[in-house]
Amino acid sequence: MSVWAAVLVAGVGCYLLKLAGLSVPARVLDRPVVSRVADLIPVALLAALVAVQVVGDGQRLVADARLVGLGAAVVLLLLRAPFLLVVFGSALVAALARLLT
Amino acid sequence: MAGTLDPAERTGIVRDSLGVGIATGVYGTSFGAVSVAAGLDVWQTCVLSLLMFTGASQFALVGVVASGGAPLSGALTALMLGTRNTLYGLRLAPLLGYAGWRRAAAAHLVIDESTAMSVARGSRPAARLGFLVTGGSVFVLWNLATLVGAVAGTVIGDPRDYGLDAAVGAAFLALLWPRLDTLRNRLVAVAAAAVAVGAVPLTAAGVPVLVAAGVALLVGALRPRGAASPGPEVGP
Repeated sequence: MSVWAAVLVAGVGCYLLKLAGLSVPARVLDRPVVSRVADLIPVALLAALVAVQVVGDGQRLVADARLVGLGAAVVLLLLRAPFLLVVFGSALVAALARLLT
Repeated sequence: MAGTLDPAERTGIVRDSLGVGIATGVYGTSFGAVSVAAGLDVWQTCVLSLLMFTGASQFALVGVVASGGAPLSGALTALMLGTRNTLYGLRLAPLLGYAGWRRAAAAHLVIDESTAMSVARGSRPAARLGFLVTGGSVFVLWNLATLVGAVAGTVIGDPRDYGLDAAVGAAFLALLWPRLDTLRNRLVAVAAAAVAVGAVPLTAAGVPVLVAAGVALLVGALRPRGAASPGPEVGP
């Protein structure tokens, strides 16, 4: 699958997922197991994406400036910084760490 | 249905919704910059924001591609993250009461922020106003900001010099953070991260994230009835 195909298929798919929610009778999907899984999937996926983004490099695990950047993100989140500050602050710290090593 | 809002309530909803819209919309710059750093071109980046229009899924697709994963893995991860919008839609449908083309158009605006600014309202006009102003302002600003971030990203040179590869992880963590409000969610997050890291050397790039989603499915399906609300919270 090319990047364009992934962009278009996932884009249309995400729209259809939204439309399904507005269209399907609530009782079809509104079950405890469904809502529990739907609540947990973003948690699991986002946590996995954090981990893979920060220590993954293809099929290798590496510890580099990205870990320092993540540490900065944690500090900023604990300080209740807004999203943009967390993202670009983390990038800045990672860039500085790279510059100094 | 219209016209039953008093002016003060109307002004308050518009003001709050625009505030959320602006705060959310501008972080489209980070998506634009991260996306071109991941190797997508400006067009692909902008089409993602226009067509997919759900931040976590967009970051997921480009994040998987950036880590060397197959575009198919990226698309699957984006779709799995997109399933939460289905649940939002279920909650919104009776509140908004849209049918026909209005429902088809409104569906595109079903995202975290528009849902949050709509479900707490007491009446249908108030719910619709919060939904439309929040969703509409996020859509316009998110797409403009994406373009700005993407164009800026193409002219700055090697994204690693600016730490933009670290920014992807920070973006995911910031999206995850508000969901870590229960012990159960924290345990699932730690387990999923551990499973993903363990799977990195063993599977093709992009697959570890999908394997970790299995953790969520297992926990969600295996927990006995009545365990949906976790027990007494330990810690903050």
